[in-house]
Amino acid sequence: MSDLVVRAEGLRKRFGKTQALDGVDLAMRRGTVLGVLGPNGAGKTTAVRVLATLLRPDEGSAFVAGIDVLKEPQRVRRRIGLTGQYASVDEDLTGTQNLVLIGQLLDLTTRDAKRRAAELLEWFDLGEAAGRMAKTYSGGMRRRLDLAASLVGHPEVIFLDEPTTGLDPAKREDMWNVVRTQVTQGSSVLLTTQYLEEADALADEIVVINKGRVIAHDSPDGLKRRVGGLTLRVRPADPARVPDVLRVLEAVAAPGTAASPDTTAGARPGAVSVPVTGDTSLDIAVPALRRAGIEINDLGLHLPSLDEVFHALTEGTAETSTKEDELV
Amino acid sequence: MTTLDIPVRAVAGDIDKPRGGPVAALARHATALMRRSLIKTIRTPEALLDVTLQPVIFLLLFTYLFGGAISGGDRAGYLQFLLPGMLAQSLAMGGIALGQNLNADIEKGVFDRFRSLPVARSAPLVGAVAADFIRYLTVCVVMLGFGYIMGFRVETGLAPALAAVALSIGFGLCFCWISVLVGMMVRTPGAVQGLMFLLVFPLSFGSNVFVPTNTLPGWLQAFVQVNPITPLVSAIRGLLVGGPVASHLLVTLAWMAGLLIVFVPLALRAYNRRA
Repeated sequence: MSDLVVRAEGLRKRFGKTQALDGVDLAMRRGTVLGVLGPNGAGKTTAVRVLATLLRPDEGSAFVAGIDVLKEPQRVRRRIGLTGQYASVDEDLTGTQNLVLIGQLLDLTTRDAKRRAAELLEWFDLGEAAGRMAKTYSGGMRRRLDLAASLVGHPEVIFLDEPTTGLDPAKREDMWNVVRTQVTQGSSVLLTTQYLEEADALADEIVVINKGRVIAHDSPDGLKRRVGGLTLRVRPADPARVPDVLRVLEAVAAPGTAASPDTTAGARPGAVSVPVTGDTSLDIAVPALRRAGIEINDLGLHLPSLDEVFHALTEGTAETSTKEDELV
Repeated sequence: MTTLDIPVRAVAGDIDKPRGGPVAALARHATALMRRSLIKTIRTPEALLDVTLQPVIFLLLFTYLFGGAISGGDRAGYLQFLLPGMLAQSLAMGGIALGQNLNADIEKGVFDRFRSLPVARSAPLVGAVAADFIRYLTVCVVMLGFGYIMGFRVETGLAPALAAVALSIGFGLCFCWISVLVGMMVRTPGAVQGLMFLLVFPLSFGSNVFVPTNTLPGWLQAFVQVNPITPLVSAIRGLLVGGPVASHLLVTLAWMAGLLIVFVPLALRAYNRRA
């Protein structure tokens, strides 16, 4: 158990009528990224707030870096970094002032705090904006500053609560690189997200939370196997060719599955989707479609959406749904 | 974000011990947080209107509009009576903004970060209160400066006048803990203001700020006598324009101690409970 840098058992927390956490167990191995996946209101943020010593659970226990979060929160605070869902930088302070303040509160000397602030600002491409008030920063810059603030103390465990929500795809990639770098340098990262794509890109293991409960804990590959893995979607230019597309794509369908007209919620009719096992399916599908003389408007590999993940994971657990309904 | 060369933890010694012990750490952290609040105050001077323009308007209003009627035509004499009292009223009102700001900070999540850091729970509040001294100092400077232009004169001397300023700032720093408590308990900054006005208005008007107590009906005199603003006004009046000081000063200091003893623990508890 000693290599578990985060360990929580049976966390429960109720706010008024809402059971935000309803018996959550979490385990994160040292030096890894744990992705906590779930929709809005699933309890992700509440779980992070408990682990980051901001909130006491009604029941349950939690250990971070081997220290009891409830009994010795101050020791835990010396070992963690937290970036909340909303950028909590101080708008009236400059980038440097924000980070120096954090350093001083972490008991660095003022000189060390300034050095660390400069180093982080440079690293996060905020060197030129270091002397400007954070209120003049763009959304992406604020996120970076917020993330930098959680790294001032070289934390052993980093909590990131939806770090990329609202960022454009390029900025999201930047964030992902930051997370990966932290892990290579010895930190462990627990991040919450609403995007399976993000969890897949970063996490060694994924915990899926819904309605305050863990409904799956698996590796990204294991999870994808359980929810159907990748989907290849093809939209022919001529909707009349859909039957031909179906026939061609049978060749790449994952074992035990079949190509079918795409019925994803919100999808326009006239597309075909097929579960596939890997991206080599593209190497087969694209030439085959060309040989069949089918003109394609749109073609792409997709991870299952969060909706599909939930659909797959909650299927067959319908007997618990009445109980969950009572709790909401 | 290309070259990544941030070293991992390289902190020497015992990372579980605050540098220099808990008391030194609290003082250092509170000072760092006070500096944060001061920077914010300096960057947003419009937030000082309630301790600059507002007291000036009140001073003009009560001197020139009501002063003649209240004092039977002796406006200059009334200003000598009024200004020390208005100083006390402005101090009580000046604390309201603190609760509002803290409330807004908590809503924005800024305090979440402080809570996730190894600082004493009281440090963010102590720092914020300490930074408020600049606002109370501003009240004193503005009132005495503008009062001088209007014709107010200190009749005692420099030392008593400085003592009056020190007492004013000290009282402001004690009284504002009520605002801090309210700021921790209600949901919006607007609600802080509303509730605090409900408290500060009766306290500042139901006192000896505007009229001598002996002109009031008996029941109101009873209220004025137990109102903490009353001994404060009497002490400041004595220090600025002459008259008895010692007994009023003692009662005021006792009130200040009482405010701290009651409201600091309550505010800290409310802060800790606010998730």
